[in-house]
Amino acid sequence: MAEMTPERRDAYWRKTSRLMWIIMVLWAFFSFGVHLFAVQLNEFKFLGFPFGFYMAAQGSLIAFVVLCFWNAIGQNKIDEEFGVRED
Amino acid sequence: MAQEKAAATGFVANLGKIYGIYTGSFIGFVLILAVLEQMGVPNKIIGYCFVFLTIGVYAYIGWLSRTMELSEYYVAGRVVPAFYNGMATGADWMSAASFISMAGGLFIAGYNAIGYVLGWTGGYVLVGVLLAPYLRKFGQFTVPDFLGVRYEGNTARVCGVVVLFCASFTYIVAQTFGIGIITSRFLGIPFELAIFAGLVGILVCSMLGGMRAVTWTQVAQYIILIIAYLTPLVWLSTKFYGNPFPELAYGQVLDQIGVLEKKLGIIRQHAAPYVDATGKFSWNEFHNFWALVLCLMVGTASLPHILMRYFTTPNVRQARQSVGWSIFFIFLLYFTAPAYAAFAKLEVYQSVIGAQISTLPAWVQNWSQVGGLLTIADANGNGIVDLTKYVITGPVLDLGDIKIHQDIIVLSMPEVAGLPYVVSGLVAAGGLAAALSTADGLLLAIANALSHDIYYKILDPKASTRRRLVVARTLLVVVALIAAAVAGTRPAGIIQMVAWAFSLAAAGLFAPLVLGIWWKRTTSIGAIVGMMAGFAVCLFYLIATQYFGMPLWFGIRNISCALFGMPVAFILTWAISLMTAPPSKEMQEFVDSIRVPKGDVAWAGKAHE
Repeated sequence: MAEMTPERRDAYWRKTSRLMWIIMVLWAFFSFGVHLFAVQLNEFKFLGFPFGFYMAAQGSLIAFVVLCFWNAIGQNKIDEEFGVRED
Repeated sequence: MAQEKAAATGFVANLGKIYGIYTGSFIGFVLILAVLEQMGVPNKIIGYCFVFLTIGVYAYIGWLSRTMELSEYYVAGRVVPAFYNGMATGADWMSAASFISMAGGLFIAGYNAIGYVLGWTGGYVLVGVLLAPYLRKFGQFTVPDFLGVRYEGNTARVCGVVVLFCASFTYIVAQTFGIGIITSRFLGIPFELAIFAGLVGILVCSMLGGMRAVTWTQVAQYIILIIAYLTPLVWLSTKFYGNPFPELAYGQVLDQIGVLEKKLGIIRQHAAPYVDATGKFSWNEFHNFWALVLCLMVGTASLPHILMRYFTTPNVRQARQSVGWSIFFIFLLYFTAPAYAAFAKLEVYQSVIGAQISTLPAWVQNWSQVGGLLTIADANGNGIVDLTKYVITGPVLDLGDIKIHQDIIVLSMPEVAGLPYVVSGLVAAGGLAAALSTADGLLLAIANALSHDIYYKILDPKASTRRRLVVARTLLVVVALIAAAVAGTRPAGIIQMVAWAFSLAAAGLFAPLVLGIWWKRTTSIGAIVGMMAGFAVCLFYLIATQYFGMPLWFGIRNISCALFGMPVAFILTWAISLMTAPPSKEMQEFVDSIRVPKGDVAWAGKAHE
């Protein structure tokens, strides 16, 4: 900690927060946004499924898994950039 | 001592080999039982083999992981790699409700029940982004530990323990209830006795080794539960659709269901979103769907038995990765559940409705003989199963001549697929693994909060290691006994109680945890008032609507009671924090230090160990 200047610490936290907000917006989209239109989306087919149903039962779940790994990888990059990786 | 340490590192280095051999042996064991069944060994013996052998293995792991060290008892020595912690979290997470009831709920309510699938997965994004890495950096034993340090004192710590206790206890009663149901069905013993048999199963895993033992048994339990959940459906999908991925095959099943729904004149369509009992779009269902999804997700990120799993990884980076693995392993089960529902629905519409009662499929005949889960009644006496309505009453779907309980969907699938009894035994072992692993995680969360936060941190800070471990184990047994006693009274349904637990945790813990990390200006008074007010509003709404007939606010059902508690917690914490003096410079430095993976934690206030 001591080796990090306050400016650098703030820069680190700004980048971390930015990643957090990007992922939170996508999370909100896949948790809520897309399902607002489930009725309309069900008019379309995707892989043989009604699209609205597909998004709720599978699409959003896949997105959640991707978001979690994305967060892990993205934050690791930020850590390395600022030299605050452990070990 | 040195030798034991070396053995422990050797164990962690060889996890892949050990669990590989374990998985192979388990599959071998199932195959041997399959051969025995063909040779005429009765079903009852096979059921016994599954229940006792799996519990025996868990007990053996528990015995091997016994420990007299605090950090091993509380956080598994912080040596659990991300991948295995993901598996353990998966088992910790998926309970009897996920394993047995969820697919049945989807079968009954169609699209509307997908709220559970979404709510019980998306919360991990919140865990991974907002909380897990920072709590891991903080590096203490329990979630109330964080509240006690960040909000300077025992008031916050005790408030945290109160919320934790209410949420986790509601949850563990539901799990013990589930264990009772499964054990009594497969051992053929009375429910009350089965609960206590299950209790022994829970305690042997956790008592000697605490978190260390629970971690390694949970990995073993995950392997069994996922094999058990996928096997019947993969088989069925391959057999009837030539596609070993049921998740892809059920698109066409939904089509067939749609055609049959038209033909049979069913008003409530499986894939139609937000419909009410009349089969029409309803704003009330729409609102309740959103409320439930939000409460379950935020609850995920607030339940201490999940958060404390991320205290066990070797470092912050692995804690983050581990959240990814957790949701991946959970995803494997959750995206299969809707396929269960679709296959079961098609089977019912195709082979049961309109069939002669005398020539019903074997699985219907078998299950209508075991009490209450499936009943056939020929109302007009024409000898045919007629579909006259589509009415949902709690966990039961009433189609007129046939009534189906949701718990039957997963349990009967091996028979629907025409598989031998050994697969039914496998499914029971999976359900048991799911319920036991969750119960263990919860039990540990409660007992640790009491022994560490209340006993050691508040009542007797000078207690020796030995004494702390004795107290921790005693409390473990006491809490388990009380949970079993309450479950014995058969309270509300499993899914409902589980959803309450999520709401209670979400309303009480989410705001102080997230704001404590992400907003340095959060003050102790603000957080404590916000936490208790949010929790109180949630609890009030729950009790008043459930037991005193208070009308629902905006038509929101009480399983989503956190919808009212959460905003209260956030707004009060925010407003009062701004009205009180900002946290000290030391506290701000403490927050800065847990935000960065590298370096020491800058403790504010009293020294910590």
